[in-house]
Amino acid sequence: MPALTRWCIRAALVNLLAALTVGVLLAVGLLPDPFRPVFYHLFMLGGVAQFIFGVAWWMFPPLSRERPRGNEAAGWAGFVLLNAGMLLRAVAEPAVALSPAPWVRVLLLLSAAALVAAGGVFAGLLWPRVKPRPGKEG
Amino acid sequence: MVRLALLHLGVGFAVGGLMLAHKAVFIHPAVPALLGWHIHALFFGWTLQLAFGVAYWIFPRLSSWGFRHPRGRPGPAWAALVLLNIGVALAGPGALVAGRPAETAGTLAELLAALAFGLHLWPRIRPALPGG
Repeated sequence: MPALTRWCIRAALVNLLAALTVGVLLAVGLLPDPFRPVFYHLFMLGGVAQFIFGVAWWMFPPLSRERPRGNEAAGWAGFVLLNAGMLLRAVAEPAVALSPAPWVRVLLLLSAAALVAAGGVFAGLLWPRVKPRPGKEG
Repeated sequence: MVRLALLHLGVGFAVGGLMLAHKAVFIHPAVPALLGWHIHALFFGWTLQLAFGVAYWIFPRLSSWGFRHPRGRPGPAWAALVLLNIGVALAGPGALVAGRPAETAGTLAELLAALAFGLHLWPRIRPALPGG
């Protein structure tokens, strides 16, 4: 299992735990409703989608013998963008709803940019690997 | 299916990013209405379609069981691909233009896609045989 996969899966599990913690706190009324989108996105984006990226990075057909998984640096950049974007979002999205100070809005814009970039990076890295395995009919 | 899933991933992230940015700075009054597209693109277009595509690839092949097609009948799998993508198009951007009827038709198409893929996959839910 490659290092990027290991880190994606670890981070996905942390996101899942964070999502379910936020979910429980929302359910018992200890967190206000502006945290609801954070719950959904920690679960589906930080958890499920990141788990998928990690496994796809590992299991999809190799690009070539020399660079089996493509651009590793871009993969790490996608990992950092996704998790930094998710962390910023978890803080800034409810903060904007509760007290929309200008610096919080900037954080939220940064998180939006980071998350869109992460999605583009992962989709771009996986796209050329959607092909038959070498020597197989597919 | 996997390529289309990656396309929906890109579109869904872009739409979501726009909606998130709209929470920070006002962009356009219609931006919150993109929520349905965001949800359908990422739940059905990306996550479900990727699961379908990988299942089609990975599930046990049927050649050892005497079936003509090693991956089972391709017709229902192709029908699922077409229906799922029409469904997301109708329930996402279609609903922005045509409202509730397009959303209903799109969700119905997604349901039919799930039925079609279930029909395809059902015979492949079995132990793998050597050389199968």
